[in-house]
Amino acid sequence: MEPVLTSHVREPNGHTLGAYLARGGYEGLRKALGLAPGQVIDMVKASGLRGRGGAGFPAGLKWQFVPKDSPKPKYLCCNADESEPGTFKDHVLMERNPHLLFEGCLIACHAIGAKVAYIYIRGEFRHVMRVLEAEIEAARGAGYLGKDILGSGFDCEIFVHPGAGAYEAGEESALLESLEGKRAQPRLRPPFPAVVGLYGCPTIINNVETLCSVPLIMTKGPEWFASLGPEKNSGPKLYCISGHVEKPGVYEASMHVTMRELVYGFAGGIRGGRALKAIIPGGSSTPVILPDQIDAQASFDGLVKAGSMLGSAAIIVMDDTTCMVWAAENLLHFYRHESCGKCTPCREGTDWMLKILSRIERGEGSMRDIDLLSDVANNINGKTLCPFGDAAVAPVLSTIQHFRAEYEAHVREGRCTCPADWRVMAGH
Amino acid sequence: MSFHPEMRYESGLHVSQRQVRQEGEPFAFTPANRERLEQVAAHYPPEHRRSAVIPALYIVQEQQGHITASAIRHVAEVIGCTPAEVDDVVTYYAMFFREPVGKYVVQVCRTLSCALRGAERVTAELERTLGIKVGQTDPDGTFTLMEMECLGACDRAPVVMVNNDHWHECQSPEDAARLLEALKAEGEAALSGCHLKKEG
Repeated sequence: MEPVLTSHVREPNGHTLGAYLARGGYEGLRKALGLAPGQVIDMVKASGLRGRGGAGFPAGLKWQFVPKDSPKPKYLCCNADESEPGTFKDHVLMERNPHLLFEGCLIACHAIGAKVAYIYIRGEFRHVMRVLEAEIEAARGAGYLGKDILGSGFDCEIFVHPGAGAYEAGEESALLESLEGKRAQPRLRPPFPAVVGLYGCPTIINNVETLCSVPLIMTKGPEWFASLGPEKNSGPKLYCISGHVEKPGVYEASMHVTMRELVYGFAGGIRGGRALKAIIPGGSSTPVILPDQIDAQASFDGLVKAGSMLGSAAIIVMDDTTCMVWAAENLLHFYRHESCGKCTPCREGTDWMLKILSRIERGEGSMRDIDLLSDVANNINGKTLCPFGDAAVAPVLSTIQHFRAEYEAHVREGRCTCPADWRVMAGH
Repeated sequence: MSFHPEMRYESGLHVSQRQVRQEGEPFAFTPANRERLEQVAAHYPPEHRRSAVIPALYIVQEQQGHITASAIRHVAEVIGCTPAEVDDVVTYYAMFFREPVGKYVVQVCRTLSCALRGAERVTAELERTLGIKVGQTDPDGTFTLMEMECLGACDRAPVVMVNNDHWHECQSPEDAARLLEALKAEGEAALSGCHLKKEG
């Protein structure tokens, strides 16, 4: 598939308004403004666009949940928090193709009746904020933002809102809390944000990549978009490949692509020609898959069939030198640090899981610890307000399921059984 | 207390880690910074000025390096909320420093993609070079060394971020040690132009 989202990202100054207009930019907005909001929503629904943030919820359907007769202002929030370990696709889009995102935001605002869009971007992306803010000024100067856009009578503003280092802010209701100037902690649902969201008003939260897909649907048509991928997995998709591969990076493909094509084709195979041990296919919150699943289709539905999830399409590849107990411990360190503390099972459970994992990794664990670990994990799974709890147990439960022998070897031998040469403890 | 028979809390674990905050020098935004804050606050409906708390705290940090009790009270007054509400935000987000930090805050990403590419060794080398442990500041206040969770630069692992802003990517332990030398010798000039230097 020819890249459409990332086709111009390597061009010098390809991020500027001039370059964007030269390649036909803002034509999708022009088209959308000539249509009624309902027609825009119908086109997005017909395209089959599913949310790129992780859950894969149909975007058009989400937009339809905004009550049309509500007297309150409506808001669009672009989720640019991009904190799922292994994910770095939205960064490229925002830094190298910001006007595509603005155009998507404007079309979405028109569709849901919003006059303000906030781009909630993680605080560490300071250099990206500078690009976005400069390009917002350029767009405003050229009449693509502000009052009476393109003479259509449509008013809209886009503002960049920085986060400050919190994984949980990527969860949509926690994002709203953070945007309101509070701790990023999730809200109880229902009501869903489409009805009661930012400042108690109807709000739609979409991922960067989702919004960047919208102008393409307008210009090239929903049929074209749907035809790119397998049924119910339409459109172009960005894959982030990191870990033990020759060429880590962001790659664009249709969702017909298999894990094998991504890892051995796009990313050049395993570093140093070593053997593949395991893959995390959709960010650290998704269960690991084994080499025997390498021919699975890297689509929302294909990876569910393989026993995992597409998530944010963050593919972390681990070669045969990797200790899976260590990998699980590393991720639990992340989850314990990032647990927002609102729900007890997650706040306490991630702490205990890390303690037990560290004990096993150091060689101080017992066989009962392995079952205890599963027990704690199962008491978090499905028992929290947001999906964080389920995410935190995925690396633990899936590594115990597939690599129990490695856990047992740690206990039996009283040490980490495979400290790789890229680790500090190698040779100790 | 824990109700799980297998998991007794160790002593001291549930002693609150929260410390009495540094009062600090009396704080007020400079007129230029106050003006910048008002420009940001205009992005939100006037009755929801509280949305500008995070941007306000960044400005505090730019102005005096870390966030003190005095600064929290000032931010609360300017924003129109309670100091407790500001404190709530300061204590939650990882990018706010509640203690004085060095001139350069060096953070090594420690999450899986970076770790698979040798981030542990980068941290160990920086600890060795600086003679301090993670979480500490060197005696002359030049460097603070920290670990951070996933920065979202996993294709250019391992990655080191300086002062919450400048990314240094594809760092071997030797590269990271050289970065410290360059920062000492050239100051902030050593920070420029590092992001996306290795174009893929």
